[in-house]
Amino acid sequence: MAKVLMTGNAAIGEAAIRAGCQCYFGYPITPQNELTEYMATHLSRRKGCSFIQAESEIAAINMVYGASLAGARTMTSSSSPGISLKQEGISYLAACELPAVIVNMSRGGPGLGSISAAQSDYFQATRGGGHGDYRTIVLAPSSVQELADFTHYAFDLADKYLIPVIILGDGMLGQMMEPVEFKHEAPQELPVRSRALRGAKGRPSRIIKTFTSKPAELEEINWSLFRRYQLIKKHETTFETFMTDDAKLIVVAFGIAARIAKGAIKTARANGLKVGMLRPITLWPFPSEKVQELAKSVKQYLVFEMNMGQMIEDVQLALGGNGEVSFYGRPGGVIPTPSEVYKVISRLYYQKGLK
Amino acid sequence: MDKVYTRPKSLKKAVFHYCPGCGHSVVHRLICEVIDEMNLQEQVIGIPPPGCSVFAYHYFDVDMAESAHGRGAAVATGIKRAYPEAIVFTYQGDGDLAAIGTAETIHAANRGERITAIFINNAVYGMTGGQMAPTTLLEQKTTTTPYGRDIKLEGYPIKISEMLALTKGAVYIERTAANSPANIRKTKKAIRKAFQTQIDDLGFSLVEILSPCPTNWRMTPIEAWQWIDKVMTKEYPLGVIKDITGKQDAD
Repeated sequence: MAKVLMTGNAAIGEAAIRAGCQCYFGYPITPQNELTEYMATHLSRRKGCSFIQAESEIAAINMVYGASLAGARTMTSSSSPGISLKQEGISYLAACELPAVIVNMSRGGPGLGSISAAQSDYFQATRGGGHGDYRTIVLAPSSVQELADFTHYAFDLADKYLIPVIILGDGMLGQMMEPVEFKHEAPQELPVRSRALRGAKGRPSRIIKTFTSKPAELEEINWSLFRRYQLIKKHETTFETFMTDDAKLIVVAFGIAARIAKGAIKTARANGLKVGMLRPITLWPFPSEKVQELAKSVKQYLVFEMNMGQMIEDVQLALGGNGEVSFYGRPGGVIPTPSEVYKVISRLYYQKGLK
Repeated sequence: MDKVYTRPKSLKKAVFHYCPGCGHSVVHRLICEVIDEMNLQEQVIGIPPPGCSVFAYHYFDVDMAESAHGRGAAVATGIKRAYPEAIVFTYQGDGDLAAIGTAETIHAANRGERITAIFINNAVYGMTGGQMAPTTLLEQKTTTTPYGRDIKLEGYPIKISEMLALTKGAVYIERTAANSPANIRKTKKAIRKAFQTQIDDLGFSLVEILSPCPTNWRMTPIEAWQWIDKVMTKEYPLGVIKDITGKQDAD
């Protein structure tokens, strides 16, 4: 298929429909409204599909829970304050092993914050977010093409591991327009998931729940979830490296910040500085093993995030003291430029005596 | 000899954990009788709430899933939209439906979702130990209104069924009670009609059932039955609150 020019938000919508998303439930919040509007236009009248503009984020995520119970590929989207409201439902999805895709086009916080792009929801996304011990797979795209590709991938991962998958974008990715190619056609029909609730026809009745008065039963549920999380860590950890082979300093950045950092690293290389980048694509599971591998030859790390330092904790945990970590961050929805990041890189490079 | 009374097919062979005199077991049985009589066992999906009836799935032999507190109407909406062939019902208490889940309930009704709510009104939070519910009566003593509900401090008992009746998407709402053989028979009839409303694709249906909670009311089961007649029905009169099932096509 030829490339088309689209906003990131619309690209997610189109990719979701092509991934066989049957039910979308949303609630207006900037900067992700184009996605909800895209689904209203393109999904709501599609055969066998459903779109609801819900009365709240809480209702929307619980509709997702219901649609997932019934075996549908289902999705909701929002931005930071709305994602906070959805945490109740995400915890239930995780507990009951129900697949769903949740898009967070994150914005500045805390509180009502700003509508500008930020990365301050890293902790919330990668630590479960709601109550109880659980994880969600978290994908961090950095282009409109990746928004489309990862949306399709997210539905597959959710179904494969029976887990909610978070696409952690930001206001900038959602709003910007780029050429995008859709690699899949919408399926005519999807198989019904084996544990779906569709009435006890030709089989015993089925219960989907976690509540129990026996703590040992719940402990077993937690163990079972974490056995699956180990499997996900082993098989689904993804990352991108950029010019790391001879690097003396590695920038670690995700999402749109990685894209900004890439520009800065190109300038650094042009000026003879040996700088590379590690970009985690799955924020959970975090590519700790890759960090440890890099640490065998590289001792200096610069973590760059559009927040006050959240992913840095995962980098430090992975290094275990086996490298020196510096941080540069801009919180509140401020978007730094590549030349600003280049200045930070070159200053650090000289300060650490790498030249 | 003819067997005139038997366990409904869709009611599992399990011993109810409910207190003596509680209305839940009676209403569970009624729903199962209706499911059997309407031959819906293979189509029904039920959504019980957190609360005393959280274990309803141990009794109903139909597909069921747990819901977060108050979100039953949203969960049922998601199921019905994803799989319209299902007959979906929520089973909710007064705190669940009329306090924490008010928004979900009103908007599901207003959208005319093809779902059925079985609403148990016992004027208290049961499982948590008898706290004030939105439906607690004036001057009624609960663990959080130890001096009796005072309108100046705690406001009025909420008439959620009458509120829901104002939405155009709600087509059938009736209030019954589970406190006498006659009222229990009327309750069953109402549940049947509510399911039929969904089958006929007309819109949202709800049966509010005044249900005894002798434990938290600090009464004997007989006193609880009498209290429903003497006190509770004065605030919550029994009868059809809204029925436009025969008067219009689906919105």
